[in-house]
Amino acid sequence: MRINLHVWRQPNTEAKGHIQLYTLDDVSPDMSFLEMLDVLNEQLIQKGDDPVAFESDCREGICGTCGMVIDGIPHGKQSGATVCQLHMRKFKDGDDIYVEPYRHTVFPVIKDLFVDRSAYDRIIQAGGYVSANVGSAPDANANPIPKGIADLAMDAAQCIGCGACAAACPNGSAMLFVAAKVSHFNLLPQGQPEKATRARAMVKRMEDEGFGGCSNYYECEAACPKNISVRFIAKLNRDYLYAAFKEGV
Amino acid sequence: MILDSKVPSGPLEKKWSQFKADMKPVNPANKRKFKVLVVGTGLAGGAAAATLAELGYNVEAFTYHDSPRRAHSIAAQGGINAAKNYQNDGDSIWRLFYDTIKGGDFRSREANVYRLAEVSANIIDQSTAMGVPFAREYGGYLSNRSFGGALVSRTFYARGQTGQQLLLGVYAALSRQIEAKKVKMHNRKEMMDVVVVDGRAVGIVVRDLLTNKLESHYGDAVILATGGYASVFYLSTNALYCNVTASYRAYKRGAAFANPCYTQIHPTCIPQSGDHQSKLTLMSESLRNDGRIWVPKKAGDKRNPADIPEEERDYYLERMYPSYGNLSPRDISSRAAKRVCDEGRGVNATGKAVYLDFSDAINRLGQKVIADRYGNLFDMYENIIGVNPYKNPMMIYPAAHYAMGGLWVDYNLMSSIPGLFVLGEANFSDHGANRLGASALMQGLADGYFVIPNTINAYFGKGKPQTIPTDHPEFKKVEVEVQERITKLLNVNGKQSPTQLHKKLGAIMWEYVGMARNREGLKKAIGLIQELREEFWHDLKIVGPDSYLNPVIEKASRVADFMEFAEILAYDALMREESCGAHFREEYQTEEGEAKRNDKDYSYVAAWEFQGVGKEPILHKEDLKFEFVHLGERSYK
Repeated sequence: MRINLHVWRQPNTEAKGHIQLYTLDDVSPDMSFLEMLDVLNEQLIQKGDDPVAFESDCREGICGTCGMVIDGIPHGKQSGATVCQLHMRKFKDGDDIYVEPYRHTVFPVIKDLFVDRSAYDRIIQAGGYVSANVGSAPDANANPIPKGIADLAMDAAQCIGCGACAAACPNGSAMLFVAAKVSHFNLLPQGQPEKATRARAMVKRMEDEGFGGCSNYYECEAACPKNISVRFIAKLNRDYLYAAFKEGV
Repeated sequence: MILDSKVPSGPLEKKWSQFKADMKPVNPANKRKFKVLVVGTGLAGGAAAATLAELGYNVEAFTYHDSPRRAHSIAAQGGINAAKNYQNDGDSIWRLFYDTIKGGDFRSREANVYRLAEVSANIIDQSTAMGVPFAREYGGYLSNRSFGGALVSRTFYARGQTGQQLLLGVYAALSRQIEAKKVKMHNRKEMMDVVVVDGRAVGIVVRDLLTNKLESHYGDAVILATGGYASVFYLSTNALYCNVTASYRAYKRGAAFANPCYTQIHPTCIPQSGDHQSKLTLMSESLRNDGRIWVPKKAGDKRNPADIPEEERDYYLERMYPSYGNLSPRDISSRAAKRVCDEGRGVNATGKAVYLDFSDAINRLGQKVIADRYGNLFDMYENIIGVNPYKNPMMIYPAAHYAMGGLWVDYNLMSSIPGLFVLGEANFSDHGANRLGASALMQGLADGYFVIPNTINAYFGKGKPQTIPTDHPEFKKVEVEVQERITKLLNVNGKQSPTQLHKKLGAIMWEYVGMARNREGLKKAIGLIQELREEFWHDLKIVGPDSYLNPVIEKASRVADFMEFAEILAYDALMREESCGAHFREEYQTEEGEAKRNDKDYSYVAAWEFQGVGKEPILHKEDLKFEFVHLGERSYK
């Protein structure tokens, strides 16, 4: 296949970026999208040009390191998959493909497609945990948890922290990310003692970092490579309201 | 170099409690005066950093990722073993210990493995308390599945994402300590070297991957939890950033490297599709609970799998190993796959694949049950191959996966450099010559949550080590050496990219030092590696900036270390004239083609001491004394 790649190039955070066209011949449909970028980069190195900087590590859709905007959609058009799982068989010979970094003020571009997503770490630091020191645990079967609840918590816990939800949101909100983490813990009995403080602290940190609020566009759900449901946002809103009653506004 | 394992005396089941009873803990009020550097934030490193901070130590943690949550532990799929005996099927600490030591082909240290089995149950308790959503039965109790090399069901899991959920548990605990300012987190900083003063590890030199600047950090103790080196084969199931640099640089500073030739080739990976391939994707071993492995009986049978009648299929694992069948251990299953493919019975266009067939299980249990158990793995397969595995058998082939070898450590997990501890896959200690499935997660968390918080007292109990300032001449000297090496990489000005050269190294390693090895091949490999290393230093090409983020420099620096390390791996494989576990020497096999161990001559840990690049390292032997188990034949028939 022949592919015309329009790639965002930006040498550093302060520099002005631009779209650069690269044409690749002999793209195999069995290649992943990132392997296609690898091929491009090898060609650029041979020519003595700076290769396109992008992040990826596990290449099996679980580490959350990769993430870029392909034809306007974070992780590309294949739903429920990260960009490392997107394969070239989803494209046609002669296609024009536009590749850009996440566009979000909270995710500044470091270089080309590399962005800084450390704000997500700081949101987790605000309360995305159960405060259980090592050594204090009872037997794991001491507290049975209904399978339905455990499965639902697992649905939320699958979030890989890739940043696609905030990048897709017209408001630049990270609500799906926050909702997934809050729901994971707040659904489980282990998460109950900190249920209210967790919801408040994580939402507050999200706002302090500069993310917008949720107004139910659901773009996040469509972009999420793990198909995390927006129903968890409703759950977060309930927990947040509960916290207001419990602790005062 | 004297290798003292420091295993406590006494009966096996009392050693760990006796150790804890005898140790002298650091006064809680003094702990904050001890600074601990932890390199790597996977299961072992992340758990160690969080737990030591909970205890009150002053911790600094380092990762080359943008976040501690990205470590490659996250990709582990199938599960984590623990001797809970929730299934009432006769499991016990002893059975888990014995399975692990037998699975490792009697090449690991009894006391370490027993301790691992002992703390395994605590890991499940702790992770559950932290909110890890393990799979449950309808009654609300935890569910188990079976894994290779065991006849009991003791593997806990969270769908096909157990590593992810356990790592997120570790990351949550670590995040809590970062928020509490008990851990100082350094993201995007890669360890480049260890600093040793008066024979003790006093710190590290790291490279900031955004600015390319070097930094020195002092620590009263340094913990390496930097993972394994399977990427020496280029194509492996490891993530792209995985490398040997931290361990290898410690080895160059005097830490012994143990059993590097014990590298695991995982039997169930998605076959390679072409030269562009950047990594191989693992399909969890748990699939072998319900999938049946087969190839056609006739060589060269290229019919569609559905058109091959039952009597013309060879379910070779069930045939050769009737009692373990499709759940035979990884090394045995991998070699069996290689053997049938070498006979010309492999499937796929390349002839390098076997079928993993779920049709029986789908007929018996229904597609929904199978989707519930393995849904994400089936989706992943369809994504990569473009074939629906509910309708057609999967195709799989072995791939490099895990390193049992690693830096030598004693019972306290301290390397041969005092003050330098090594945890998780980066050490050699628990898996012998072969690791059983679902035991890597167990070991990483055991080391981080339960072992190091106790054993660090054996070092700190003697009193606070003297602080060495980072402007000490030794820190400066190491910084200069690291910088010179990077400058040297930048100045080669050749024609080949780091990836091209890495691929060449991988091809040598897979061909001669892969699933089956022999004397001539290994000698040839050593020569080829030396030639390739010359080529690397004469023909490497680096482009891009040298004072700002540049992934090409990162890659080149890691490949440069692989070029040296690969040779040590080959020396170890050449020296070990026996077949054991994952190390298969063609000269030493039974008539049926099974591994032939030589306990009389090789029942030891091979720990190598650095002598200079291109020089054969010195071999030190730690004899393995088996006081409690009988060295049996490792049969899975």
